[in-house]
Amino acid sequence: MDSFSRRNLLKSAGLAGAAAAIPAMVSAAPSNGSQAEAENASAASGASGSTDGLGSFLFFFNTEEARFVEAAVDRLIPPDDKWGGAKMAGVIYFIDRQLAGGYGAGAHMYLDGPWDPNAPPQQGYQLRYPPKELYRTAIGEIRAAVRDGHNNQEFWDLSPDVMDKVLTGLEHGDIQLKSVPSPVFFETLLANTIEGYFADPAYGGNRDMVAWRMIGFPGAYAQYVGLVDKYDLPYAREPLSLAGVAAEAAAADDMQHKSGSL
Amino acid sequence: MATRMKPVDAVLIGGGLTAAVLGKELAEAGHSVVALERGPMRQTIPDFQSPGMHDELKYSVRHSLMEDVSVQTLSFRNFPHQKALPMRQLGSFLPGSGLGGAMVHWNGQTWRFQPQWFRLRSWVEEKYGKNFLSDEVAIQDWGLTYDELEPYYSFFEHVCGTGGNPHSRSDMTDVPGGQGGDPFEGRRSKPYPNPPMKQSYSGRLFEQAAQKLGYHPFPVPSSNNTRHYTNQFGAKFKPCMYCGFCETFGCEHFSKASPQVAILPFALANKNYELRTRSHVTKIEWDRQKKVATGVTYVDGNGEEVFQPANFVALCAFAYHNPVLMLQSGIGTPYDPKTRKGTVGRNYTYQTMSSVSIFYDGEKRINPFMGAGALGTAICDFNNGSFDHSKLGFVGGAYIAAYQTSGRPIEHHPVPSGTPRWGMGWKQAVARHYNSTVHLTVHGSSTPHPNNHISLDPTYTDAYGNPLGMLTFDFPYNDRLMSNYVTSKAQEIGHAMGGKKVDVSWLPEHYSIVPYQTTHNTGGAIMGEDPSTSVVNKYLQSWDLHNLWVVGASAYPQNDGYNPTGTLGALAYWAADAIVNKYMKSPGPLVHT
Repeated sequence: MDSFSRRNLLKSAGLAGAAAAIPAMVSAAPSNGSQAEAENASAASGASGSTDGLGSFLFFFNTEEARFVEAAVDRLIPPDDKWGGAKMAGVIYFIDRQLAGGYGAGAHMYLDGPWDPNAPPQQGYQLRYPPKELYRTAIGEIRAAVRDGHNNQEFWDLSPDVMDKVLTGLEHGDIQLKSVPSPVFFETLLANTIEGYFADPAYGGNRDMVAWRMIGFPGAYAQYVGLVDKYDLPYAREPLSLAGVAAEAAAADDMQHKSGSL
Repeated sequence: MATRMKPVDAVLIGGGLTAAVLGKELAEAGHSVVALERGPMRQTIPDFQSPGMHDELKYSVRHSLMEDVSVQTLSFRNFPHQKALPMRQLGSFLPGSGLGGAMVHWNGQTWRFQPQWFRLRSWVEEKYGKNFLSDEVAIQDWGLTYDELEPYYSFFEHVCGTGGNPHSRSDMTDVPGGQGGDPFEGRRSKPYPNPPMKQSYSGRLFEQAAQKLGYHPFPVPSSNNTRHYTNQFGAKFKPCMYCGFCETFGCEHFSKASPQVAILPFALANKNYELRTRSHVTKIEWDRQKKVATGVTYVDGNGEEVFQPANFVALCAFAYHNPVLMLQSGIGTPYDPKTRKGTVGRNYTYQTMSSVSIFYDGEKRINPFMGAGALGTAICDFNNGSFDHSKLGFVGGAYIAAYQTSGRPIEHHPVPSGTPRWGMGWKQAVARHYNSTVHLTVHGSSTPHPNNHISLDPTYTDAYGNPLGMLTFDFPYNDRLMSNYVTSKAQEIGHAMGGKKVDVSWLPEHYSIVPYQTTHNTGGAIMGEDPSTSVVNKYLQSWDLHNLWVVGASAYPQNDGYNPTGTLGALAYWAADAIVNKYMKSPGPLVHT
């Protein structure tokens, strides 16, 4: 195997770890069909763009679902003047890939009936839907509820304050949906947003390791045996992602291979 | 029609800690052994290596090393009259699946229970009188004393390379290095094989405050090895790197003790020991006339049913799966909460957890990511045997510890109470407090309540068509009193630690299956002196079938205010000794009633 393909293999292996069902490599250009769709997806991706090879292809969401999720997650974790929010961090791509893979299909959930959507919270999730169906069902019904209550506007057309009111209404169950208890969807979305913001960038979110830079988490690779008892230590090492480490290892391997063959 | 395998001397149900202990000892004594692990093979190399192992989402959040509830789960309810519903996702506890079981992804906190705990019923009656507790506090004696178990505690600490300071009590001056330990721990025949871990900043801040208040802080005993160490079998450990990826992860460094590092290589070295992974036991077969187990039926990786005949069966599954498999196999009398009669499923207990957070609000850099699973400083001044309950009306207690296990940010991003749950206020609070907050764990005991038990679900089934185990559990009143008492002490320590704000997470009103608490599920197949109130005798031998042994934390009549693994390892070696040196030489009941 030549060095070029080995490096690509490692890169795509990092990506495939996100959701094994996803085809390995994605192109940098959004491509879920027509040119018009591509433009819409590109608009949905907004400032996050795709300069890091992580791609902005959507495996699961249609364009309108993506616009809803991207607008919502950016209210859950909004940008401030120092640190980007969930949109800039690419959380939409994280959630999309999660839902397209085993997690979305409920691969490690017990989904047999009978189901009891009115169970007390101590008994946990009791809906019939695996995550991807929960999202698809809830988003459709939330969009319809928003259009009904806001002059036929879509969620993403609302002002930030009004978007927050809608999200609060979902969180507290004040907005009632036909098929899904709205707090169940809200909590799932919030949990997945936090996951996407803080998970390794190899999964598609946390782009440029923005969340890790914000809090000072050094990332995946770590040995602190010499530092753990140095108290109040200022520690500002550049964070490392799984994909970055893999890429470094591949590069080192390539170098060794090359120098050996020369 | 099940495929019938060649008979063996011993079949072990499970591939975790207790099966590893028994497998090695039985194989070395010359018995033919088959161990059946439901999950996959997995080894430190290649399966636990970095950078891939340092993946919070995959291992901590998506639970890649743990039980797949789509195959087998529990149903759950708080009270006997409620309808139980299936645990559809992992949450409150995280059983392992795959070689090594939950001892792959544990933290390495390796405690002994206090001596009083093993005869808790007698101790309470002697000390506080027969009417001290309501009859709903269903505590029992273990039928085994701390002194009997002590050599096995020590043996297990040497298997794991546990590091810590033995205590410095005057009656223990014969133990070298005895200073800075826990003055409330039981008699110790040997010091820990390794020195304690370094002290984190969290631990130091806690230690200073606890000392100021007159308590007795010491380093948590840790099986994250603190130096190069070779155990009594020849297993080699390397020093912990404090990488902060310990609990929910496999250890890449050969530092954290696991069955595959510490024990299993020496089982697998025997030709008469065979490990079969992806082999899910569905039933213990037994002869109703002769009252003996005849072997086990399992489903192999291809989905085919197999019968493995054996002269001896050890049930070494995860704690609550032990009583569930007994019930599914029709062995013993199921416990009935209405009559309080029956034994299988009785005395399910857990751990009573609460916590205190100290927010320094940017004034201190804690660097929480510089962590290790058992990196902590603790006090046992409020564990059961350490203080007087006579005016308090409850039994039990808790240790209070400042652990610095990790700063993995999906799950660790503390914010003070009053912070919004999302939005700008939340985000900015996360940024402000991530590196400046210390948590105290209040790790409380769990006493049995007549309602709390394991049974079989009438509605839901597992992937093999067998009824799910059904868990009925809520926090008993006794434990609520205990938790509130010790948590208020932790709150005082928190205030003495000099933070800007101290928040308390009290024990919730009801137990919930959703948030992670601990994987310290205990009881359900308990040990004791009386077959009418216990499933196994003091050696963990079934009262019903003498060639069936049930080796797990399922044996605890009640769970102490300590992590259970140290006691589990000690009990497994205690049982292995009895099996190899007594039972196999002359099969029959080791305790006569």
